[in-house]
Amino acid sequence: MQTRFSFGGDEHIFAEVGEAMSLEAFFKSLFVTNAVRDAKIKGVIEICPANASYQVKFDPDQIKPDDLLAELKRLDTGSEKSEPVIKTRIIEIPVLYNDPWTRETLMRFRERHQDPNGTDLEYAARINGLESVDAFIKAHSSAPWFVSMVGFVAGLPFLYQMVERNRQLQAPKYLRPRTDTPKLTVGHGGCFSCIYSVRGAGGYQMFGITPMPIYDPNQKISYLRDFMCLFRPGDIVKWKPIDRAAYDAAVADVDAGRFAPVIRDVSFSLTDFNRDIDAYNRKLDGVLHGH
Amino acid sequence: MAIKVLKPGLATTVQDLGRPGYYHIGIPLSGGMDRHALAAANLLVGNPEGAAVLEAVFMGPELEFTEDATVAITGAELPPKLDGEPRETWTSFKVRRGQILSFDFLKQGARGYIAVAGGIDVPVVLGSRSTYALGALGGFNGRKLEAGDELPVGKAVAAVKDGRTVAKDLRGQPAGVPTELRAMPGLYWHRITEAAGNGFFSDTWKVAPEADRIGYRFKGGKSLEFVPREPPFGAGSDPSNITDACYPYGSIQVPGGTEPIVLHRDAVSGGGYFMVGTVIAADMDLIGQLQPNTPVKFVKVGMDQALAARKNRAELLGKLRTALA
Repeated sequence: MQTRFSFGGDEHIFAEVGEAMSLEAFFKSLFVTNAVRDAKIKGVIEICPANASYQVKFDPDQIKPDDLLAELKRLDTGSEKSEPVIKTRIIEIPVLYNDPWTRETLMRFRERHQDPNGTDLEYAARINGLESVDAFIKAHSSAPWFVSMVGFVAGLPFLYQMVERNRQLQAPKYLRPRTDTPKLTVGHGGCFSCIYSVRGAGGYQMFGITPMPIYDPNQKISYLRDFMCLFRPGDIVKWKPIDRAAYDAAVADVDAGRFAPVIRDVSFSLTDFNRDIDAYNRKLDGVLHGH
Repeated sequence: MAIKVLKPGLATTVQDLGRPGYYHIGIPLSGGMDRHALAAANLLVGNPEGAAVLEAVFMGPELEFTEDATVAITGAELPPKLDGEPRETWTSFKVRRGQILSFDFLKQGARGYIAVAGGIDVPVVLGSRSTYALGALGGFNGRKLEAGDELPVGKAVAAVKDGRTVAKDLRGQPAGVPTELRAMPGLYWHRITEAAGNGFFSDTWKVAPEADRIGYRFKGGKSLEFVPREPPFGAGSDPSNITDACYPYGSIQVPGGTEPIVLHRDAVSGGGYFMVGTVIAADMDLIGQLQPNTPVKFVKVGMDQALAARKNRAELLGKLRTALA
């Protein structure tokens, strides 16, 4: 994989590991950005890994842009040698698919959608060749997803499904972005799912909603006391479909401060994963549920 | 002491020089859109350059002071009035306890900076007092001001004289019509045709009504023509889509190839739109002072010119510091 570098003005270097999304490109971005962080290069202000690219913000008064570029190129080449193994976490996210709040919102913005007569779930099921909304929900929730980038707005995870490319769910974004999206909506655009951390504009298809907050600027929620954003690139997410009663119970638990998310430490090897994806994902499920 | 907000203005927020270090999780720099004017306001009232001030856009707030204070208003020509009596911008003046600071209609520019000796003393969140409204973070309760808010003010570090003023040539405000914004091509330059690239830099654009702290949209130029290609996996089918990536501050994204958006201090940190290039750091302050419909030309520059412009901007700030020392 040949990384393409370019300057983003006089304060950023933008590096595209791959034009297309792939786990190989994502892992390379993750490794290089870790190496850049470890190198503690003078003048580097921010290091942002993304799905298949990364960005470094720097102060050109402290380091010459060309010197930083040369250093990044050196680290980029060096990363090819590292074993694609990471120590990470697997996190279960409950989802009420086909919920009343995203349904109300998608009806409100229907004229901006490819299929004004259906719902986002019905549309996504059809264009992915699945026979029903239930089959789509099963495809969405049966295999885990990587957090391949955090951003857009505070703490929002971009998620990339851990299955062969021909099984990956794809959906275009809305024809024109919405001006409103309910907080904690589970969305999908291109090959990426996301969880909207805050209420606001959005262009992804809306599939459901989670009762589990992932961003808390006031840091009152127990599992967000250490840091206000839950996700880090490299986290693994498994969706757990729930019904309305379970959703309401989870919301009550969150409000009462007794909601305990299911989060386990896990080691992930890309080489082992690629050898037998389904078997590897079953193993990950075992880690999550302690069997 | 405190400042009571009688009327909030259109979108008045607490801002300082920003919150670097969290862009990788989607929390942007934030801070004053016009950092030079923000620094000037602080220096006029004897504050450290990066103390928290109020940033008012298009329309000033109405504020009542509970103690005597020294204030200064810089940036846009948003003429201040004290108990109805006109005061000068870019000049420090005293406010007595119980007096009301209000503003006349905007004459020029877009964002006024209101500094108070001692600074606006809201809590520091992730290293900054700046408001990031989209994430409900920092500033006054994570949002723009509302009537009835009471803003805490810190203790002034030194007694300051009123009547201190900033000379016109040290104000660093946009000059000339159209406003020239220097930009470095790059990022995805290869994705558009040569004619489209030339057209982008030769067209005159106008600031669109959708212009805020997240980004400034421009309209009136020709649509971009993309070099044909097979969309890469994950990018989406529109020729203006990319596999979702990071957005630099100042980057010029062009959704659908039609209306460029320059991302600013509250930028969304990433997404799936093609970017034509990036406005250089030295010209970012100017953008924050552009009103809707202002004509703008993007001027193509390289790294050497960007660094030279950066040096000039730093020298201007240096002269300002000397003048107000």
